[in-house]
Amino acid sequence: MIIEPRESVSLLRASLAPVWAILASLIICAVLIAWAGASIPTAYMLLFKGAFGSSFAIKETLTRSIPLIFTGLAVSVAFRAKFYNIGAEGQLYAGALAATFFGTGLITLPPYLMIPFLILMGALAGGALLLVPVLLKTHLKVDEVVTTLLLNFIVLLVVSYLIEGPWKDPMSLGWPQAASIIDEGVLPTLLAKGRLHFGFIVAIVMALLVWLMMRYTVQGYEIRSVGYNARAAEFSGINVNKTVVMTAMISGGLAGIAGVSETAGLKGYLTLDLSPGFGYTGIAVAMLAQLNPLAVIPAAIFLSAVYVGSDAMSRAVNIPTYIADVLVGVSVLAVLCSVMFSQYKVRWKA
Amino acid sequence: MTKRFGTLTANDAISLTLQKGEVLALLGENGAGKTTLMNILFGHYQADEGSILVDGETLSPGSTQAAIEAGIGMVHQHFTLADNLTVLENITLGTESLWSWRQDQAAARIKLKTMSEDYGLLVDPDALISSLTVGERQRVEILKALYRDARVLILDEPTAVLTPQESERLFATLKSVTDKGLAVIFISHKLHEILAVSNRIAVLRRGAIVSTLNTNGAKREQLAELMVGRVVTRPKITPLPQGKPIIGINNVTTKGSGATALRGIDLTLHAHEIVGIAGVAGNGQSTLADILSGIQSTFTGEIELNGAPLTRGKPRAIVAAGVGRIPEDRHARGMVGEMEIWENLISEDIRSPEISRAGFLISSKNAKVRAERQIEEFDVRCKGPEAETKLLSGGNMQKLILARALSQNPSFILANQPVRGLDEGAIAYVQEQLLDARKRGAAILLISEDLDELMALTDRIAVISHGELSSALPTGDRSIAEIGLMMAGQQEQERRPAA
Repeated sequence: MIIEPRESVSLLRASLAPVWAILASLIICAVLIAWAGASIPTAYMLLFKGAFGSSFAIKETLTRSIPLIFTGLAVSVAFRAKFYNIGAEGQLYAGALAATFFGTGLITLPPYLMIPFLILMGALAGGALLLVPVLLKTHLKVDEVVTTLLLNFIVLLVVSYLIEGPWKDPMSLGWPQAASIIDEGVLPTLLAKGRLHFGFIVAIVMALLVWLMMRYTVQGYEIRSVGYNARAAEFSGINVNKTVVMTAMISGGLAGIAGVSETAGLKGYLTLDLSPGFGYTGIAVAMLAQLNPLAVIPAAIFLSAVYVGSDAMSRAVNIPTYIADVLVGVSVLAVLCSVMFSQYKVRWKA
Repeated sequence: MTKRFGTLTANDAISLTLQKGEVLALLGENGAGKTTLMNILFGHYQADEGSILVDGETLSPGSTQAAIEAGIGMVHQHFTLADNLTVLENITLGTESLWSWRQDQAAARIKLKTMSEDYGLLVDPDALISSLTVGERQRVEILKALYRDARVLILDEPTAVLTPQESERLFATLKSVTDKGLAVIFISHKLHEILAVSNRIAVLRRGAIVSTLNTNGAKREQLAELMVGRVVTRPKITPLPQGKPIIGINNVTTKGSGATALRGIDLTLHAHEIVGIAGVAGNGQSTLADILSGIQSTFTGEIELNGAPLTRGKPRAIVAAGVGRIPEDRHARGMVGEMEIWENLISEDIRSPEISRAGFLISSKNAKVRAERQIEEFDVRCKGPEAETKLLSGGNMQKLILARALSQNPSFILANQPVRGLDEGAIAYVQEQLLDARKRGAAILLISEDLDELMALTDRIAVISHGELSSALPTGDRSIAEIGLMMAGQQEQERRPAA
């Protein structure tokens, strides 16, 4: 077997890579489904129906995709500059903490100011959390994968302390949760029934803004330059450290907004299970989207559908919901492989 | 032997015979297929067609192990030594059994000692590789191959990193090696070396052997023509009256004690002048280039451009002040391969009003119009401004860098190894451009390791060694041999001509 680079990678081939990957992962997971004793077509049909089969299901899938769009954007911006932010989970909670701090009565503004204010505070908190890892990286060359990852656990412990202690809602009947966001700060729902909320629109707008920034602005140009070739970027006069710090602020900010959106849009208050790993799944989203901010939207909706659909599937046939995690994990690996195969070709020859 | 990469035929039905005790030179431009051929021979690549016979036996293809066992040794252009190990450890590395409990260092030491005496390749077996000079490291590479009982030695561009004197020493080594019956393949594109060292010459052009001839009776001009496929004329400098001073470098010093730290560099360049800096790589050239291109801001001393102090550590300000910069490594420093051509052409002045509004929104229309003009003016062969930069050939990429550096009509041009790795056509083009800029009144600093290039292209030459720069004397005042000694760190004799 000989692996050789292709002379040129067509746009079609590049954009089909994730599609092949998803097909491959569905096939691989079919083996697991069969092993669990269920019929493969039934299981996938139930998964699809659970995610898209009714207007309720669709709304649920879209609702679940909101935090994934934010964290997916956060990761794709950071990875584009080769700043490996694994801490979107922690930054999400930092945003949620900010929303809780400012949104539970400290400040009261009319909704059209209160909501943007909470989003801004959440973004600042997410960015601020990432400030330490990024400065450690730019000034002391400390590896950001380690620092951002470990910060996740620290932030979770801080959240745990706050909602079990000083921030615990006295009305919560002993459950560890913070006070509710005041009505002015709650993100309105978009449709009559279901939980789909205003956060979805914010997420779509953010994806569009990030895409425009990357493509049409000097700042986006500099982020891409630094990510592709930092030494050439430095030679052309780009301040590499400054650009990495700016990228980290944008990335952390986007992840922080995910926390605001979950707290003030979906739950209404901060709990310790606010995010079942949205920050980590955001990495999968960004990889599926090949770091393209617009492609983050369908990638997030797809992964959200896998989670929502597999919930429904596991209720109907006896397959654990963990199949969703497997499917997500396998699809990310498959994407990495298929992206490679879109750039290389394999020849079978002795 | 035939080897294809996609649509490119890197080696096209090549046949070669190597005899015991001879030096066969493989001559060809960059991209002619020399290295591909040798990589097939050494088992790095597998040929699509053809076979290799060693002493009448077929060499199993695509296996370096088989090549080594058959007695083929390769000295790569970029050394493959572990810096943190000693000479002896590097030489024995990979030869011991994976399952033995301890190394038999004593036997290895004796074998190495006899070998190095036999071939006149003297090195200290216990010295760390990191403490050796480039010439010594090359000796270790050769010893490494000999230790594995090589009977065929392949040397890929071995003189690229050596001073003229070190090259002479290498040639003597090759002589003693072939006297003992080994065969050597010597890859190079430097004609005078090939004429000096080889017995036979095989000339490669575009993947095919165009001629195999005896070195005896071969002429330089004839070889050059065979190599390039047409009569080659590299441009030569013609005298011009020196203009006013453009850039003054005064007592520039950097911290540190290594060979790359600068020690009191003084140099003034005038309009209509090309000044060359000769030196072995790693003697401070890069540091000086980094300072002049604004990447490094930590130094003492002054630099004045057109009477005003040069901004420190700000590439864009330096470019705006009239400096054109051609970086040493066009892939690593010069261009972002993944970006489009027009994007690379705006990298130095992206915040100027022509290219972006308020340093925020890029006016891609203006940028692409300008890129199209530059592509045309500098004859960059590409599909257009939106083509991906990494698809360009080395020569076209260099033209792109010239376009970016020269189209603003700079008064000072820093050209660091501007023709390294280019084919003859591109070399002539780049050199013409530099001479044109000189004619227009630019001052040009040409940093190069190729003394022939410096001799042909400069008004004055200074030599850098261990971070110290000699005075810049008119080209021709010092012989190549003298410059070579100075490159190796010998102080210049007191023989300054009376001003």
